Amino acid sequence: MSETPTYIGFETYTEHIPPSIPAAVQQATGRFVGGRAARVAELPHFEQLRQIASDIRLHTIENLDFYLERLAEQVTAAGGHVHWAATAEDARQIVLDLARRHNVHLVVKSKSMATEEIALNHALEAAGIEALETDLGEYIIQLAGTGPSHIIVPAVHLTKEEIAAIFSEKLGIEAPADPVELTRIARQVLREKFLRAEMGISGANFLVAETGTLVMVTNEGNGRMCTTLPDLHVAVVGIDKVIPDWDSLTVFLKLLARSATGQKLSTYTQFITGPRRAESEFGPREFHLVLLDNGRSNVLRDPLGRQVFKCIRCGACANVCPVYKNVGGFAYGWFISGPIGAIFAPQMLGTPVARELPYASTLCGACAEVCPVKIPIPAILRHLRRRVAEGDSLAPATMPAPIRAVAKLSAFALAQHWIYRLGARILPLVMSIFRRGDWIPSAPYPLSRWTKARPLPPFTAGFRQWWQKRKTGL
Amino acid sequence: MPQAQLFLTCLGDQFYTRTLQNMTLLLERLGVEIVFPPEQTCCGQPHFNNGFEREARQVARNFLRAFSRSEAPIVGPSGSCVSMVKHHYPELFPPGTVEHETAVEIASRVYEFTEYLVHVLKVTDVGAVYPHKVTYHASCHYLREMGLKTEAKTLLNAVRGLEFIPLTEEETCCGFGGAFTVTYPEVSRAMMENKVRTILASGADTVITCEPGCLMNIAGGLHKAGSSIRAMHIIDLLASK
Ligand code: SF4
Repeated sequence: MSETPTYIGFETYTEHIPPSIPAAVQQATGRFVGGRAARVAELPHFEQLRQIASDIRLHTIENLDFYLERLAEQVTAAGGHVHWAATAEDARQIVLDLARRHNVHLVVKSKSMATEEIALNHALEAAGIEALETDLGEYIIQLAGTGPSHIIVPAVHLTKEEIAAIFSEKLGIEAPADPVELTRIARQVLREKFLRAEMGISGANFLVAETGTLVMVTNEGNGRMCTTLPDLHVAVVGIDKVIPDWDSLTVFLKLLARSATGQKLSTYTQFITGPRRAESEFGPREFHLVLLDNGRSNVLRDPLGRQVFKCIRCGACANVCPVYKNVGGFAYGWFISGPIGAIFAPQMLGTPVARELPYASTLCGACAEVCPVKIPIPAILRHLRRRVAEGDSLAPATMPAPIRAVAKLSAFALAQHWIYRLGARILPLVMSIFRRGDWIPSAPYPLSRWTKARPLPPFTAGFRQWWQKRKTGL
Repeated sequence: MPQAQLFLTCLGDQFYTRTLQNMTLLLERLGVEIVFPPEQTCCGQPHFNNGFEREARQVARNFLRAFSRSEAPIVGPSGSCVSMVKHHYPELFPPGTVEHETAVEIASRVYEFTEYLVHVLKVTDVGAVYPHKVTYHASCHYLREMGLKTEAKTLLNAVRGLEFIPLTEEETCCGFGGAFTVTYPEVSRAMMENKVRTILASGADTVITCEPGCLMNIAGGLHKAGSSIRAMHIIDLLASK
């Protein structure tokens, strides 16, 4: 995983997208969308569930201090250790210290967005500790040396041929382009590592404050191995993942897999409360929970923007997003992609770094329609665009001056109807120079950016004259 | 006799003279007296959607002035522009101000064209004849912000001779998105080309939308692809005899 980006150039990236990416992404997401639709149709109370889920998440975010304290108390009471990490650097240090203290050489990891966020693998490697991703998708992108391109399907952008090529190159074997065979190869490599690893690192889908329980929702079973085989289990989790109690958990478990993959429930749902019990001979001897802030407290100051933390990372918004499906996940420049990425990165990294992302949407609203926790993504996109264009109490304006000037001038012209009407008379004359038959095949800048892809209809602006003539002629 | 104020929308005003004429004639034929406020320009959505709220407010003030002179309902050929007035104008002005009151009042009487036909005039058959294979693109704001899921299809259904062909991914955005087309032209192009592909594969000879923006995008895309499929605003189809 790459380090935290310093500037996310969405436009530059989208100018040269390998065509294999949208093809692979559209195929996989199409399956999920179909599956989700079928599951939703089966559940008569789906809309009510969404509303309840949204209410619970909002309530939790608005009372985060309370629930985090409760969570920490309960984790400690269950024999776990809680660490508060204000920054990514703090979180990395905490994990590295634990590794050093326990003389760890090999770490097995289950899928975790929080460790992508803090680029933990790099830090471990730099400290001479081998860190191995054990989720198949994560393993593939680790071999490929990239970050994830989808929240739940990190290697969604790769075809089986490409994966086979990566396996062959990195593992020095002849890997066939056959998913079953590729999985078998990965399993063989990973099995052996599971048994040797001294530390298992995971994320969490939810943290239940009521009992201090970490909940993991997975499909491959590797998560269980990571959290039970090694003597030490370290979970790195964003502070936004806390939920009040088990009652609320049932709501989210009903929504998560259905929204994500179109499953009723994922294959494994794991509940971890503290380390192994004194009377038990299985499970890790120590359990550490690293609670990651990394700028979240700052984002929480924004009443609209903070709704981004309602997210349960199902990926449904990306699966239906026509922009995501045509650009893939890397265009979003950080570990969370798709519509949620477009409202996450600009808030977490700041608009100077990610000012292009709020504009990476047609505001079509497909995301908000499927989001299981009803995050008003288009409204937050507009809100962040306002931050970029005009600045607000959280950040100054970052929109380039020429664009701001165009906005000001055009608004001035549109607010005085006589200027607008004068323009509407002149424009057709000027544009008629570029007209060829029924179309304007290529227009001057900035409309040239439109005509690159398709012609422009001619400016006719004839209604007002027609109306006038008709009125006076009647 | 009911009255309606004609809301041209700036794209309609600039590019779709014929559609606006058809809209006028059609409404008149249905017994509506048309009022046309000439001071109207644009609704300010381009500014609003791109984060320029101050500028959007400036443009919105002109709209509110132009359409406050009459108490008649306001009807426009675009779900997107109508949604701007209906849903976002009230957000633009702080509650408690006169402007906010005006915005709320105007918002309460603005209608998208098909919405006005089906729900206000209660007309679903305008007597149109169009013996063609027709498919339909559901525009995003029309569909999701205005919640108009059945209106266009109901109207199309009543047209004599029309054979309706559903479009694959009917509800997927065509890649217009206003300034999006020039902000990220390559992404807009890819989305438009996907839409055009589904239209070409549909077997229809006409594609209908209720949105001038989508129409520009899709019609241009079809032309670029060398297709003879006609892209039309629903108003122009409903005006066919
Ligand atoms: S924003 Fe909503 S739809 Fe998107 S990943 Fe989060 S919960 Fe799922």
